[in-house]
Amino acid sequence: MSEITERSPQAVSPPGGPPGRSVPGPLRSALGLLGRQREATVFVVAVVLLLYFGIRYNSTFVSQTNLANLLSETAAPIIIIAIGEVFLLICGEIDLSAGFVFTFAPFLMHYLIDFYGVPVVAAIIIALLFGVVVGWVNGFLTVTMGLPSFITTLGTGFILLGLTLTTSHAYPATIPASSVGIGRWIGAAPWSQFIWALALTAIFYIVLTRTRWGLHTIATGGNQLGARESGIKTGRIKYGNFMLTSTLGALVGLQVAFYVNTIDPSAGGYQPMFYAVTAAVIGGTAMLGGQGTILGAFLGGIVLATLINGLNVAGISANPLNIVFGLAILLSMIANVRLARLRAAGRN
Amino acid sequence: MTTEPVPGAAPAAATADASGDVLRAEHITKRFGAVTALHDVNLHLGQGEVLGLLGDNGAGKSTLIKIMCGFQPPTSGRIILEGQEITLKSVDQARSLGIDTVYQDLALINELTVYHNMFLNRERTRWSLLSNRSMRRTAQEQLDRIGVNIPSVDAEVAKLSGGQRQAIAVARAVTSSAKVLLLDEPLAAMGAKEGAMILELIKDLKAQGQVSIIMIMHNYGQALEICDRINLLQHGEITFDKLAKDTSVQELNDIVIEEYRRALAEQQRQKSA
Repeated sequence: MSEITERSPQAVSPPGGPPGRSVPGPLRSALGLLGRQREATVFVVAVVLLLYFGIRYNSTFVSQTNLANLLSETAAPIIIIAIGEVFLLICGEIDLSAGFVFTFAPFLMHYLIDFYGVPVVAAIIIALLFGVVVGWVNGFLTVTMGLPSFITTLGTGFILLGLTLTTSHAYPATIPASSVGIGRWIGAAPWSQFIWALALTAIFYIVLTRTRWGLHTIATGGNQLGARESGIKTGRIKYGNFMLTSTLGALVGLQVAFYVNTIDPSAGGYQPMFYAVTAAVIGGTAMLGGQGTILGAFLGGIVLATLINGLNVAGISANPLNIVFGLAILLSMIANVRLARLRAAGRN
Repeated sequence: MTTEPVPGAAPAAATADASGDVLRAEHITKRFGAVTALHDVNLHLGQGEVLGLLGDNGAGKSTLIKIMCGFQPPTSGRIILEGQEITLKSVDQARSLGIDTVYQDLALINELTVYHNMFLNRERTRWSLLSNRSMRRTAQEQLDRIGVNIPSVDAEVAKLSGGQRQAIAVARAVTSSAKVLLLDEPLAAMGAKEGAMILELIKDLKAQGQVSIIMIMHNYGQALEICDRINLLQHGEITFDKLAKDTSVQELNDIVIEEYRRALAEQQRQKSA
């Protein structure tokens, strides 16, 4: 089966494989990072876009307000949800409900503070824990009951939307006055959302690449049976990643509510979740399981936000933007699939 | 089912197995719904012995292996390791007791490097972070020691050949201080050259005498060459148990051909009925 190809895998290995031994450690890992084609592509796209808009619309685009807008208001929510989606996509699942946890979490905080007199910090923690619970339910339905996660989270997403609209009577609410102070830390201050996004990206980059959890997430998506035969509790891995994604959804919901200073029942929903999945995909996370990158998702989020914000600054209608996004998704996915085929060819 | 769940616990009164067997499976039955995959199977494995498990497809060989490695429980029966009855609840537990397995599908993760695969689910960590450097070095040492040649322990397993993948899977199992090694078709889907490499690897292990091995085989010639004893599993029952030196490819072939004729006759009888 494999004698012939035994000597040929070099032909299909991605460019910039392991560089020579003489290169010092940090530099070697930096080179290795750029060598990984997927992240490199989206990195180049992000830089080119930022340069283009930065040079062409210098005065407006590069202003501090606009950059804060771009990175905090637009990019950060996409990036933070994308972190969770990457973990789920790697283990072969998806969460469509994250954007509805986003919608409901700030309402929950508001109810707890204003109607039940719960202290602000406790209310925020409970709102985040609500995300954990939703993630557990998604995990239960998917892992234990055996539903496809697409259907699971479609269902839980609708339930959450209904819960939000019913309890809020579809009216926006104001941020509880007592929570405004802490709200600045969570998302109201101009740069706070982006700082959260940076910190979470760094943390979960390490979780994915340097911890057992990350390794077992990849193993679960790459070869579930094999992972189980090796004793990995793949169900637990999936539960955990559902819980992570929903909790990140709740966090983003709180952040956005504090940032826009209102709790809006029409915030969240499918759009931020689909942007997040888009960011993950154009960042190089194949939906084939076993592969994905947090750094790529971060850069993907920057690319999307730059397009959204840049075209706005340029005064171009946002309508054709969706065409660009659609093409970007398809092109990156084609690249991913081609790469996967090449890998498979190298294997057989 | 077994009565005393003592996973990993020290034996209260370790009565060394009088027969010197390291592993015994007694009266193992496994049913999947109405289907009986294994029926009252008795199997024993001596210290340092290599036992070949032969049998037709669907005879229950893989099921038996999966029971002995803790992947699935038997419907009834006992497993005795070094004279003490054990209840296997998980692969992890079996591994911690010294029973390690190489599955037919190898259980390798293509997306991970060779060294991550070798340490899969027993990764070394420091401050919760993977100690990649230490794992990489040890993996390289272990592969060197047992003479497995691969381009690099940093390579993704997807890039290796079938034989190399098999070697990694075997190496992973034998380097974990296993007492009992279960190999499910270690030579399946392998070219002559690669098969010879794996066979050589198993011979080395046998010569070292540290580990006792049960291996599922299909090729009688290879089985007789490497195994001390041969068991034949037919329709979920062990029907043949002889030392390798006391049997021959001819004898094994005759049994299987007889079985084949019997099945054919039965089929024709059903057709005409």
